[in-house]
Amino acid sequence: MSALSYQPILPRPAPRHASGALAWLRSNLFSDVKTGLSTIILGGLLLWFIPPFLNWSLFNAVWTPDVQACRAVQESAACWGVIAEKYRLIIFGRYPFDQQWRPLIATVLMMLMLVASCIRVFWKPWLAGSWIAVLTVFFILMYGNSLGLAKVPTDSWGGLPLTILLATLSIVMAFPIALLVALGRRADLPAIRVFCSLYVELIRGVPLISVLFMASFMFPLFMPPGLTIDVLIRVLVGITLFNAAYLAEVVRGGLQAVPKGQIEAAATLGLSYWQIQRKIVLPQALAMVVPSIVNSIIATFKDTSLVSIVSLYELTGALDMAINADANWKPFKLQGYMFIAIIYFIFCFSMSRYSQWVERQVNKSKLR
Amino acid sequence: MTEPIIKFEKLNKWYGNNFHVLRDIDLDVAPGERIVICGPSGSGKSTLIRCINRLEEHQQGKLFVDGVEMTDDIRAIDEVRKKVGMVFQQFNLFPHLTVLENLTLSPMWVGKMPKKQAEEKAMQQLQRVRIAEQADKYPLQLSGGQQQRVAIARALCLTPKIMLFDEPTSALDPEMIKEVLDVMVELANQGITMLCVTHEMGFAKAVADRVIFMDEGQIVEQNNPHDFFNHPQNERSKDFLSKILGH
Amino acid sequence: MSLKSAPKKKRWSWRSQAFRGLIYQIVAIGVIVLGVWFLASNTLTNMRVRGIQSGFDFLNQPAGFSIGESLFPFDSAESYWRAFWVGLANTLRVAVVGIILATLLGTVIGIGRFSRNALVRGLCSTYVECFRNIPVLLQLLMWYLLLTEMLPSIQNAWQAGPFFLSKGGFNYPIPIWQAGHAWALAGLVIGIALAWLYHGWARRQFEATGIIKSMFWVPLGVVLASALLAWLLGGAPSALDSPVKGEFSVENGGALTPEFLAMLLGLTIYTASFISEVVRSGIASVSRGQTEAAAALGLDPGLEIRLIVLPQALRVIIPPLTNQYLNLTKNSSLAVAIGYPDLISIANTAMNQTGRAVECIAIVMAVYLTISLLTSLLMNSYNKRVAIQER
Repeated sequence: MSALSYQPILPRPAPRHASGALAWLRSNLFSDVKTGLSTIILGGLLLWFIPPFLNWSLFNAVWTPDVQACRAVQESAACWGVIAEKYRLIIFGRYPFDQQWRPLIATVLMMLMLVASCIRVFWKPWLAGSWIAVLTVFFILMYGNSLGLAKVPTDSWGGLPLTILLATLSIVMAFPIALLVALGRRADLPAIRVFCSLYVELIRGVPLISVLFMASFMFPLFMPPGLTIDVLIRVLVGITLFNAAYLAEVVRGGLQAVPKGQIEAAATLGLSYWQIQRKIVLPQALAMVVPSIVNSIIATFKDTSLVSIVSLYELTGALDMAINADANWKPFKLQGYMFIAIIYFIFCFSMSRYSQWVERQVNKSKLR
Repeated sequence: MTEPIIKFEKLNKWYGNNFHVLRDIDLDVAPGERIVICGPSGSGKSTLIRCINRLEEHQQGKLFVDGVEMTDDIRAIDEVRKKVGMVFQQFNLFPHLTVLENLTLSPMWVGKMPKKQAEEKAMQQLQRVRIAEQADKYPLQLSGGQQQRVAIARALCLTPKIMLFDEPTSALDPEMIKEVLDVMVELANQGITMLCVTHEMGFAKAVADRVIFMDEGQIVEQNNPHDFFNHPQNERSKDFLSKILGH
Repeated sequence: MSLKSAPKKKRWSWRSQAFRGLIYQIVAIGVIVLGVWFLASNTLTNMRVRGIQSGFDFLNQPAGFSIGESLFPFDSAESYWRAFWVGLANTLRVAVVGIILATLLGTVIGIGRFSRNALVRGLCSTYVECFRNIPVLLQLLMWYLLLTEMLPSIQNAWQAGPFFLSKGGFNYPIPIWQAGHAWALAGLVIGIALAWLYHGWARRQFEATGIIKSMFWVPLGVVLASALLAWLLGGAPSALDSPVKGEFSVENGGALTPEFLAMLLGLTIYTASFISEVVRSGIASVSRGQTEAAAALGLDPGLEIRLIVLPQALRVIIPPLTNQYLNLTKNSSLAVAIGYPDLISIANTAMNQTGRAVECIAIVMAVYLTISLLTSLLMNSYNKRVAIQER
């Protein structure tokens, strides 16, 4: 057999029945009898439930803060008027009504900083400095007592600004602790290793609520007599210690994944222990565990809802406070819950999408 | 002229809508024939042999394996898979089973063979590839070359009529390639039909009845090894040979 | 020139790594000890100033409060110690049932994400994204609201035969214990033993002849038939204590309170979304080459999953799965927000009544730590046993 008969064949598009919308439908929804049946049953169930739900939640719902209108449609439609009426209480908690422009600006600033920190363009040295500046502005705006702003004590802070503040500060403070503890668990010095391991295992073995109770009830006892600590600070310390333990485990996973040869090579170049960790090990370790770190951040964000059990009125607590006392709007509490559920969902879903994006970027650097 | 044991008739395959990976393949493989398929990466060589045991599906054209037409029919596919053994580039041994269990898995569960008989057969195959003493080890305790030989023995336990090799030595360290190639040469001399995708041209020269060169989804040139290596006809074949035989 | 022995090292030099390490550790221990001493002395001073007593003796005093639901009888004259046990039993009750249900639901959804049907895949993904991104406390509160506001009142309870569902909870009939039930239980045990023997026999048959025997339906049938037979022999007792709608509540029968139901629903649905992710990544961790090799050997999809995919996937699934179980158990502590009397609720009440914050929190943390440690130990030993042998 010779090759003189070789004629190059140009690529052709796939035959029509193997591609296109109809083909996708066929292979994904009706590929065989069982699949087709389940599609029909599930599709039928969805068609049964979704239109009435849309009617209830969107088309027939009441959007204006009108109690009468809401009561009139109570059985058959949602009353989003409760949100229209109470949204400022829900989002800002007990913050004085006329001063609510302050937490608004503070929260917007904080969120802008958070978003900026996620974009590669902004990863410059002055980012840390601007963080400190924004945090200072945040506290001045919220607390006041200077620059002509009225003082607002921390137990009046609430709602979304409190949620974001707790989540952001506790992560920012937990991170250095987590790094040290993770390095400590892998250190050659037994005393430090034991102490760090005990800390991590102790915290990871107990629920957050018990740590919050400890912060709330026991921290005042730990302080010298006469010194009182703000409840916000106590809770913040509790959440920070809690997060630091979980983050330490995540970082430790990353440290374990860095090949030993890296440390050996760095040591032969004459670098000290701290230089090696700072310049060689930690950058690689952290890059590997970014998705887990973002998961930790998402979990922290959701965990802030627990502080409502120790009387700090973040988003969930603010909702209870706003609606429980008002007999007019109490029947519509479910809509209130759905509202803050959507807020949480938006935050957490965006963060998890961001983490997937970061993972793709990291993997891109590994493809040839 | 005996019936070909594998017959491709104008076979075409696409990945998705636009990637035309196999173009109008016409190929007849006689029983007992030993074929080496070579070509640049992305040319569709692995895809071609994976169509034979339906690890890949073709969209156009026909494929006959030992008289059975390869379609969506599950029974046809099962029948064919019992007669075709395959050796993968990444070995794909089952790490949670011992070497012996890897080999007796198919005869016991698919071939409905009693355990003792399956184990005897497995030991025979292990001796054939000269690795019988590792029967009770786990795959990850063996070296790459040993693992690939176990993989060959595992495929042989089916008593296949056709053996497919998908770049069997590409994932091995150089010093282990020889032990695997030796086993393959022995196998080739025992009359089994072999299709082997490989870059090991020494193996092709020693054993192949036919060398097929593929590029961009097409069979560009096929010839006996001597003529192919010494008098390549096509520009692309010459180019490819110069690259791989050069060093 | 030859070296007779290694040159002597200066032991106490600052340049020696071992010496430096020792100093660092001594400093660290010193700092920790100082810190603990500082906190402890402050605590003792504060407690003296505020007149708070310390010690665990309060556990023997009568509790002075009653508990909404408990597995064993409890009234306000019982001791705090017993109250804590009631709380622990409640915690374990909701945790164990929640773990079982969440595993089933999570596994189904995790496998559903690999379905050929795009609708099934989409629904499963939506479920996971929806329930993963909302805090569990909020979900618990919403379920509690639905169960206590949206369900009909007891007078208008939904009824399906002897089952009632209302704001008061879920009521179901329980069989009245008679001798025949002991027979049925004995029959069940015998049935399980018989099924075990069958299992061994079927395996030997398979190895001897290659014929695959049914390993699931036949043993199941044997167990059920044996229990049924024994029940019949024992007189087929079928008397049920059925719930009956009374004036203010549903009487008789067994009851699940709305608090328990809200905890169960919330925890199950939340944890199932995480378990489904664990199952999904476990199945995805088995490389495609394994399934291709199995297919090339002629194994059908059922055997492929049973013999190749599942054993390897389980090794990857079990550690994070036990982590989720621990999370569910820890999340059950949120019961304090909806009034389910779990361990932390009871500790909270005790703390408020006696002022012994340190002791109560210590008890609670010790209990949870024990549960976590036991689970970790079990999981570590399981991991060692099934680890894939490498060089």
